[in-house]
Amino acid sequence: MNCSDFLRELTDYLDESLDARTRTELEEHLQWCHNCFVICNTTKKTIEIYRDSQLYELPDDLRTRLRTAIVAKCQHKKA
Amino acid sequence: MGAIQKLNEPVFDELKLVRAAKAGDIGAFEQLVHRYDRNVFRIAQHITQNREDAEDVVQDAFLKAYENLKNFQEQSKFYTWLVRIAVNEALMRLRRRRPERMVSLDEEIRTDEDSMPREVADWSPNPEQLYTQSELRDILTKTIQGLPSSFRTVFVLRDVEGLSTEETAEALDLSIPAVKSRLLRARLQLRERLNKYFKKRKSGDVKQ
Repeated sequence: MNCSDFLRELTDYLDESLDARTRTELEEHLQWCHNCFVICNTTKKTIEIYRDSQLYELPDDLRTRLRTAIVAKCQHKKA
Repeated sequence: MGAIQKLNEPVFDELKLVRAAKAGDIGAFEQLVHRYDRNVFRIAQHITQNREDAEDVVQDAFLKAYENLKNFQEQSKFYTWLVRIAVNEALMRLRRRRPERMVSLDEEIRTDEDSMPREVADWSPNPEQLYTQSELRDILTKTIQGLPSSFRTVFVLRDVEGLSTEETAEALDLSIPAVKSRLLRARLQLRERLNKYFKKRKSGDVKQ
């Protein structure tokens, strides 16, 4: 496996959806290619940091206001 | 009276809620709203990048879902179906706000070169600790806003909201290879852009 092959398989590798053989080849590549090792780690970190960051949380007061409005509109449609 | 009795029973099964809502039980639909309003809001704000638009998208998406419940075939998850409605509403608002730029999930993707890693530097062991909570949020928000909307949407559904590749493809009406390709490019572009904030500092470097 070379660096281009690694990049092509990176998403499936991070999602743990690679077949066993390709996964082994990729991990062998990571053992000797420092650049790909760093790219793999920092891409993984990128995903984790966004997943954990809780950007755009819905505040409780806005949440209540939106839900009340939605239910009122649904009731209106029903009527 | 019937609706009140139903509300008092803990109904955890989503399909039961959907069927009750289809039969006209607004309380059941309200439970579905309660279950997914935060997700829909996050997705809407990520796509529109505007708080007011995101609020409108939440209302319009749920209302549209309610009106079209009878067309929900129950072959997919209710949430995937709802996300599809919400994404379309959000894209419509984005187009309205930015008529000068054609916004589409099918927008022309540039060559592979825009996603090829250019800078390879390891990050600090805990990059989150380099910044305060609010600095970090600013960095992450600014960085993801810089992605093309077609990449951003796939990244948000897949990596932030945790939909599977298949669900993301269904929600966005894209093929699975298209989802995978956009996801890879989104991840690599975000990584590249975050590099300048998170890369290991040499001794002597001073934090901004």
